[in-house]
Amino acid sequence: MSEALNRRGFLGLAGGLGLAAMTGCGADGGADAASQPKSGGRLRAVYAGGGAKEVLDPHVQSLFVDIARHKAMYEKLVELGPDLKPLPRLAEKWEPDAQAATWRFTLRDATFHDGQKLTAEDVLYSLSRMADPTSPERVAQSSLATLDLRRCRAVDQRTVELTLTAPNAEFPALLAGIGTQIVRNGFKDPTKPIGTGPFTFVSFEAGRSMVARRYDDYWDGAARIEELHVLSADAEARANALQGGQAEYANEMTATFARTAEAGKTVKIVAAKASTTQAFVMKVDQAPFDNPDVRMAFKLLADRQRLVDVVLAGRGQVANDLFGKGFQYYPADLPQRERNVEEAKALLKKAGALNKEFEIYTSDASAGFVEAATLFAEQVAEAGVKLKVTTGGSQTYAKDLLTKGMMGSHRSGAMPIPQYITDRLLSKSPFNVTHWRRPAFDAGFAAAQVLTDEVARSSKYSELQKSLRDEGGILAWGHPDYLVAVSSKVEGVQAVPPNTLDSSRFDKVWLA
Amino acid sequence: MRWYAAQRAALAMLQLAVLSVLVFVLTALLPGDAADLRFTETLTPDQVVRLREQLGLDRPAVERFTHWLGNVVTGDLGTSLISGGPVVDIVKASVGATLVLTLTTLAVVVPLAVALGILMGTRENGRLDRAITSVTLGLSAIPDFVIAVVLVAVFSLKLGWLPATWVGGELLASPALLVLPVAVLFGRTVCLLSRQVRAGTITALQAEYVVQARRLGVPRRRLLLRHVLPNAAVPGVQELARTGDTLLGGVLVVEAIFAIPGFATALVDGVETRDVPVVQGLTLVLAVAALLINLGADLVCNRLVPRTELLR
Repeated sequence: MSEALNRRGFLGLAGGLGLAAMTGCGADGGADAASQPKSGGRLRAVYAGGGAKEVLDPHVQSLFVDIARHKAMYEKLVELGPDLKPLPRLAEKWEPDAQAATWRFTLRDATFHDGQKLTAEDVLYSLSRMADPTSPERVAQSSLATLDLRRCRAVDQRTVELTLTAPNAEFPALLAGIGTQIVRNGFKDPTKPIGTGPFTFVSFEAGRSMVARRYDDYWDGAARIEELHVLSADAEARANALQGGQAEYANEMTATFARTAEAGKTVKIVAAKASTTQAFVMKVDQAPFDNPDVRMAFKLLADRQRLVDVVLAGRGQVANDLFGKGFQYYPADLPQRERNVEEAKALLKKAGALNKEFEIYTSDASAGFVEAATLFAEQVAEAGVKLKVTTGGSQTYAKDLLTKGMMGSHRSGAMPIPQYITDRLLSKSPFNVTHWRRPAFDAGFAAAQVLTDEVARSSKYSELQKSLRDEGGILAWGHPDYLVAVSSKVEGVQAVPPNTLDSSRFDKVWLA
Repeated sequence: MRWYAAQRAALAMLQLAVLSVLVFVLTALLPGDAADLRFTETLTPDQVVRLREQLGLDRPAVERFTHWLGNVVTGDLGTSLISGGPVVDIVKASVGATLVLTLTTLAVVVPLAVALGILMGTRENGRLDRAITSVTLGLSAIPDFVIAVVLVAVFSLKLGWLPATWVGGELLASPALLVLPVAVLFGRTVCLLSRQVRAGTITALQAEYVVQARRLGVPRRRLLLRHVLPNAAVPGVQELARTGDTLLGGVLVVEAIFAIPGFATALVDGVETRDVPVVQGLTLVLAVAALLINLGADLVCNRLVPRTELLR
């Protein structure tokens, strides 16, 4: 009943807001109100939906909307900071042995929504649930494959010792990956979520909504908003819902929307600078890209600034043929690759690739793919290379690109650089779109990963990335900003890349 | 009558069988299966292979189809490959919104189209006839999504009178959610229906029995309602059944634009995720509905004008 009243009251409010916008007396005093966090209210956040694909089981999450929902209720041992560096979360600290093969995690004093204290047993159960081979859809299975579950143990109530089959100094970051939430010992029914997170579960409808309520005993301080709705909708409906006052937060908005929204007063844009990566990928074992000169020539032909200006509408930064600008281990000291058509021509001539026709395989699987490929084809044409743009199906593009096309479009969200390398650039990587298989590179990466000294590890990673930038098949051209739009009364939303602690974090947000 | 019913039932069965095979073949022709589509940045190829085995997608297509058919015959629509829940649940969860949407549209469109049709028919080529014709023709000439975008821009974003989307709304609490979607569907269907009623009215007015009734001094009101309308309505009712598919096409667009969690949305989701049992189940339910509507229309026509031949 109160729900119905709320909605009705809200409709009136929406009308009022529209009027306020028309007469030009919007919430301008927001700046003062912003300094004083307020408690109470309902926040409705809208994300790109996945229909029946949306799940309540945190270990099966793959969509941003799932991640946001699960984050409200569940937590991980480790989270990632704005630079994708591991941060303590349910584990308040950790300590590796000298080989980085056995790790001790000390747990925080947190309570589950059913009142039970978080214990080492919960952690062990959660890890074994993620790794259960009879449920291949649990997403953390491959990243945690080196976890030796039989040798993991509870030292005491609040300490857990985890042992790896292969040493890895990056292990904490793996515990911050997707699908690594800590659930209650014995957790069987995902439709009854019980976590340690800032909100408790109320209801869920796949493809539509999840409702959660503030958890007053949250260890990191109770949330300010009382009720959280995480809704699903496509980009158009997200924009309409936000502008029509039917939502207060809209995830992943386009540059075009940001431009219109910024002209008005009812919507604010929160832009996380250079959060993801856009690239063209060349298969290094296929002609003509099996020739390093051709790869370099293509890298020299890209007019990155123009790609950023046109495809990203200027909302991003140029890339330097590497993933993860601004992230931990990113070699910021490398010079920016500039366009050089003459040098590219010379290289192409040497390789006998001038005046030949090549093909780029793209699709509208991701915003800007086709536009970028088309623009790039114009750019390489200046050096006498004809690049034919072929558009394939969008739903199977991720899989098709592994085998189809000598060149393709590629984007990557925010993740730690070592994870990007593990997933995409090793001989056995499952998502090796450039077919970059170099035993020396594999060995160098393995050697770096076991170094417990962060400085030494970092310099090893830098060398590997430098070789990748010059010889590899990734032509990274831009780092798009990650755009979130919020109603002008929403405060406390952080401009951080997705998949980090403060992204989609609604316990620190308030309604002014 | 019994012979007629048997004929109709047999024909319906045949149609459903052909449709099921067709839908199965078409979804099988789409690139990738439900397991493939999980291969994004989250599941490795090895996990996808195991998932495919678990979902039974590695078995031959014929085997999968006969298995599905066997279940359907016993009234079981099967299990979704994506959510793991029964397909019936998805049908139940999505049918409500679409039903409310289409029934409301019909409740608005039918009386209005009949009234407009009679108005136009009785004033053939008059000013009013031309004016209504221009407006309704104009509406049907503009694509749904254009009308929808314009309506949203004006009434939601500019004036703030009506909600722009169902996201964050609940139908029971705010019926205003229905206004814009129904307006779009109205624009799509009103033209054809009113044209049919108009044509029927004109034909009926010129028919000998009407002329005769007029000679006998039957009052105009009674003439129109008792003699002209039933005959004029026949093409309208048949058209109404035929606009079922027009309306469904419109619902597809309208549900997408207003983010309405209805049948069309579920169907599109099912196709996008290659959730074959869901696509099969939803199309089957739709087909049954279409068959029933057509049957209903034929029966209504038969009631209106008993000489109308059954089973065209």
